[in-house]
Amino acid sequence: MTDTKEAPLIRLAGVGKNYGNVIALRDVTLQASAGEVTCVLGDNGAGKSTLIKVVAGLHRHDTGTYEVEGEEVAFGSPRDALDRGIATVYQDLAVVPLMPVWRNFFLGSEKRKGIGRMDVEFMRTTTHGEMAAMGIDLRDVNQPIGTLSGGERQCVAIARAVYFGAKALVLDEPTAALGVKQAGVVLRYIVQARERGLAVVFITHNPHHAYPVGDRFLILNRGQSIGYHTKDEITRDELTALMAGGSELEELAHELDAAGSETTAGRLAKEAKDLGLTDD
Amino acid sequence: MTQTVAEPPPAAGAAPDERLARQSPLRRLLGRPELGALLGAVALFVFFSIVADAFLQTGSFSTVLYASSTFGIMAVGVSLLMIGGEFDLSAGVMVTSAALIAALTAYQLTLNVWAGVVISLVLTLALGMVNGILYVKTKLPSFIITLATFFMLAGLNLGVTKALTGNVASDSVRDMDGFDTARSIFASDVDVLGVNVKITVFWWLLFVAVATWLLLRTRVGNWIFAAGGSADSARAVGVPVARVKIGLFMGVAFCAWFSGMHLVFAFATVQSGEGVGNEFLYIICAVIGGCLLSGGYGSAIGAAIGAFIFGMTNKGIVYAEWNPDWFRFFLGAMLLIATVVNLIVRRRVERSS
Repeated sequence: MTDTKEAPLIRLAGVGKNYGNVIALRDVTLQASAGEVTCVLGDNGAGKSTLIKVVAGLHRHDTGTYEVEGEEVAFGSPRDALDRGIATVYQDLAVVPLMPVWRNFFLGSEKRKGIGRMDVEFMRTTTHGEMAAMGIDLRDVNQPIGTLSGGERQCVAIARAVYFGAKALVLDEPTAALGVKQAGVVLRYIVQARERGLAVVFITHNPHHAYPVGDRFLILNRGQSIGYHTKDEITRDELTALMAGGSELEELAHELDAAGSETTAGRLAKEAKDLGLTDD
Repeated sequence: MTQTVAEPPPAAGAAPDERLARQSPLRRLLGRPELGALLGAVALFVFFSIVADAFLQTGSFSTVLYASSTFGIMAVGVSLLMIGGEFDLSAGVMVTSAALIAALTAYQLTLNVWAGVVISLVLTLALGMVNGILYVKTKLPSFIITLATFFMLAGLNLGVTKALTGNVASDSVRDMDGFDTARSIFASDVDVLGVNVKITVFWWLLFVAVATWLLLRTRVGNWIFAAGGSADSARAVGVPVARVKIGLFMGVAFCAWFSGMHLVFAFATVQSGEGVGNEFLYIICAVIGGCLLSGGYGSAIGAAIGAFIFGMTNKGIVYAEWNPDWFRFFLGAMLLIATVVNLIVRRRVERSS
């Protein structure tokens, strides 16, 4: 972590990825340093998933360079990325709903004492401790993880990655399926991870989730970067506008504004009319 | 919804978190996969004790245990496989195959029966491995794969036996070398306080204990639950799912081998057509014992209780002097009741916690 000042943990420069003749990602530049949250924003189909898969080692990039701590890499599998300290938490979280929290926490990396025997006590207390350290007070680490709320589950998956030595966390739409409160829990957790000195890459399509926690923002559209800004360069509104494709959102806002100033009946009538007109 | 607001009713227990205090031992028990089976077993026990006078005699109870153990041993392997998310429909005939392999090789080659026992172990494990590898390579449902191997094995059992002996049963191995020592391991009686108990009962209890330890206290057990609960997630965190599943199919094969050896040394000859249909009885034991058909949940102890229920019904009907033709009807009814009870209990626990 000492040389992170000179070289960011993750740096992509001019990275592109093709699937056959489909260009999924073109000329994307991004960097994530320790203690920073880099947000990747984009609508559906903007290339966020492809970008993650490149970072996580699921796919190899076709053009550009991918550097980890200043060293150029080309990952062959997610394992390679993990070995370099880049952990990815996918939307499905890779948890087994029917299994207790602690079993999920250590799944695949069970702590053992002797041949095959697991150190159950250690794993239980560690799970509880790690979750508590991140501000999640679990009632019972023995409860099936499926009984936790979506946000808590998300946090277990993140805490697991952190515990097993991740230096960089890639979070794939962690707040997408969550309610307002739950999303807040996850966002707080992202801040916690940043405070712990991790580099966080936070993929989302919600600028209201990205703006409060992010240090840098990469906005993707149709596989291309349409903006890469640090927080002081951009306001929340600009970010929202940029992400929604700017003009389209403005148009929508005008419609809504106009509708809001009329009576209910008039609004409904206009809405009905607009539905036919606005879709050109 | 939020983790900070502890819901008012079920608060905490004594141990790790104060919010756990109100989880009573009863609720903890209600959350166990074995509960439905345990309730069923107690109810049946009381029922048969009332309707069948002979049921409570130690001799008959030992018979009940013996019947339970012959199915219980297989139910150990089958329940682990089910927790791992798969079925093995070939388990029933595989028992017969294992027995035939031992009896036929020993007799035809005039070997010590122990040689037959070892050859059978190797070949039966190989059968399990074939099931597992076919499943892993083709990714077809294990239901289809093992249905195919079920028919193939059933055909082989009959065909090979007839070709070698000209008969549908294997020749008796009773007078061959090693029969007595093998019988003492696989099919002897043990005297417990004046009651004759079949040795399979003790093997059964041992297998259940080992399987339970494996499931709850070892890394492999963690992997079995994960492979059945969500194979993709397990793979994503580095669990060797393919190896776990192949191992589980081989575990069933091992149990089939053991049960087969019991057949050989209890009866000396093996009927080649036997075993068809038993695979469903093993699955019933596991399901009554709380294993989910979809995998990822269950216990070996539950399956043992399921086998015990099976044994009680099987023999209880005889002791009650009813027509044994009704046995299957009761078995089906029990399966239905047990699974419904399981379902209700689990839903209630989930709602209240």
